[in-house]
Amino acid sequence: MTNLPFYRSTARDTSYAAVMARKNEIMKASMGIDYDDFIWSPIAFDYERMMAETGYSYADIVRIQRETKVGDTPLHELRNLTEAVRRIAPPGKGARILVKDEAANASGSFKARRASISAYEAAKKGYRGVIAATSGNYGAAVASQAAQRGLKCIIVQEVFDSRGVGQPEIVEKSRACEAYGAEVLRLTVGPELFYVHLRTLEETGFFNASLYTPFGIRGVETLGVEIAEQVRARYGQDPDAVCITHAGGGNLTGTARGLLAAGCDRTRIVACSVDLSGLHMASDRDFNRKSFTTGHTGFGVPFATWPDRADVPRNAARPLRYMDEYQLVTQGEVFYVTELLTKLEGLERGPAGNTSLTAAVTLARQMDREQIVVVQETEYTGAGKHHNSQLAFARENGIEVRRGAPADNVPGKAIVIPERLDQVWGKVQDMDHLRLSYLKNAAKAYPVERWSESDVAFLAADLKVDPDWVRQHAG
Amino acid sequence: MSQIQPGTWVEIEQVVLTPAQRAPTLPEDTKGVPYVMRVSGFLVEPAELGGPARIRTMIGRELAGTLMTVNPSYSHSFGATVPELLTIGLRPNEEAGR
Repeated sequence: MTNLPFYRSTARDTSYAAVMARKNEIMKASMGIDYDDFIWSPIAFDYERMMAETGYSYADIVRIQRETKVGDTPLHELRNLTEAVRRIAPPGKGARILVKDEAANASGSFKARRASISAYEAAKKGYRGVIAATSGNYGAAVASQAAQRGLKCIIVQEVFDSRGVGQPEIVEKSRACEAYGAEVLRLTVGPELFYVHLRTLEETGFFNASLYTPFGIRGVETLGVEIAEQVRARYGQDPDAVCITHAGGGNLTGTARGLLAAGCDRTRIVACSVDLSGLHMASDRDFNRKSFTTGHTGFGVPFATWPDRADVPRNAARPLRYMDEYQLVTQGEVFYVTELLTKLEGLERGPAGNTSLTAAVTLARQMDREQIVVVQETEYTGAGKHHNSQLAFARENGIEVRRGAPADNVPGKAIVIPERLDQVWGKVQDMDHLRLSYLKNAAKAYPVERWSESDVAFLAADLKVDPDWVRQHAG
Repeated sequence: MSQIQPGTWVEIEQVVLTPAQRAPTLPEDTKGVPYVMRVSGFLVEPAELGGPARIRTMIGRELAGTLMTVNPSYSHSFGATVPELLTIGLRPNEEAGR
């Protein structure tokens, strides 16, 4: 190994501790948002004002997105899958399952919505480039949007373990980012990704196209509005439930806000994550024992129970504000449903949307035939991302793969693919348990005795409960 | 060892943090290994495999590190066939448990 610095030397101390200590200063310079303006206390801030002050109206966002091939994606009815669910459902049950084909966005996923406004904002404010720290589809989305806006792009990715073995899905995402002209910083496993992100922001002066800015979340609102409009136009009713794959919370937050803006205030917002409990997210060894790189509990639970762990001072993605139900599914169930989507519906799509499709199968079976459940995204698939690719990789890494009962899945040890559709059954989580965990984190950030009325009101809104519930359960 | 010519598409690697420099709260297995970065770009000056090298990335930034690979490529694939997937969805009635 050489001792040459990876970065051109800067006058500043670039040690881990020194860079992390400059976190707020770096983030402020890299986004042009002064979060102090919205903050009330260590746990509360003016969320709606922060969202409104992005300075973009809904019409602006639609116009910006149309310029860069984002939005207005098709909504498909999954007739054969609905029929298969009806065969196993009790009489009169088996809701229509629809899917919003977000793979049709530039770069192949809904993340294009999330990247579009950041790229526009960065160009408008005169930044020369954008940076995002992500191992997901968001990297390709930022790279694709940056390419269209004439911006340089750097993607910071966690890709491989200490043996140099890359997770195939993330390797594919590296490839896609480079294909769109981005510089890709490919890293081993560890939370120091954030350190590299900050250091690169400081070094380049580029715009921080974080997943969690108000621009990112406002960009996803169009997805919720489109679902409302398309379902109403075709079926003359509102969607009864919308299933959303949940990781960092932005997909759920943006979509739910869009649905509410369109007046769908009775639509049930159902989150779904792949259960990867027992696998440590910062473990070098566990890294390649996961067959899902996102949409899993390793992000879903911590980001629901404390959104402000993100790479911005206050997170615009606040999932418990909008979530009505949270289902966990196994890796095997999602792979099974992915294969059914391919064979029954003629749609080959990636794992992210198929996680919420698994929840939709569970829900549709219990809902009336006249009702409508919408799976709000698909993503592209291909080498690395494909479920065969993930299962083959799992097998190479010593993980058992077989058909059987979903209950026999053990994250990191066994992937059990259901034998029949009636074995697919998402596990509904206790929402109050999640809310209590959030309150505990809030109490750690700011002692309960110091909570003011406005803190309690903020927490109540953030947890979709009334202030009395917060008071009763605090501390 | 032969010199790699400037302009060649290569991959370099650099230790960003040694185990001792890493974040304080890490699981044991991660704590024991360095934090490593790889990046691809066009070689700026002649260099040898395993030796120091400077690259110009796709966006024109200059970075330095150890030259690891010449003409790096992606070889991820669809993987070896997983027979367990092949029989799913062929007989809808069986899927339904009939």
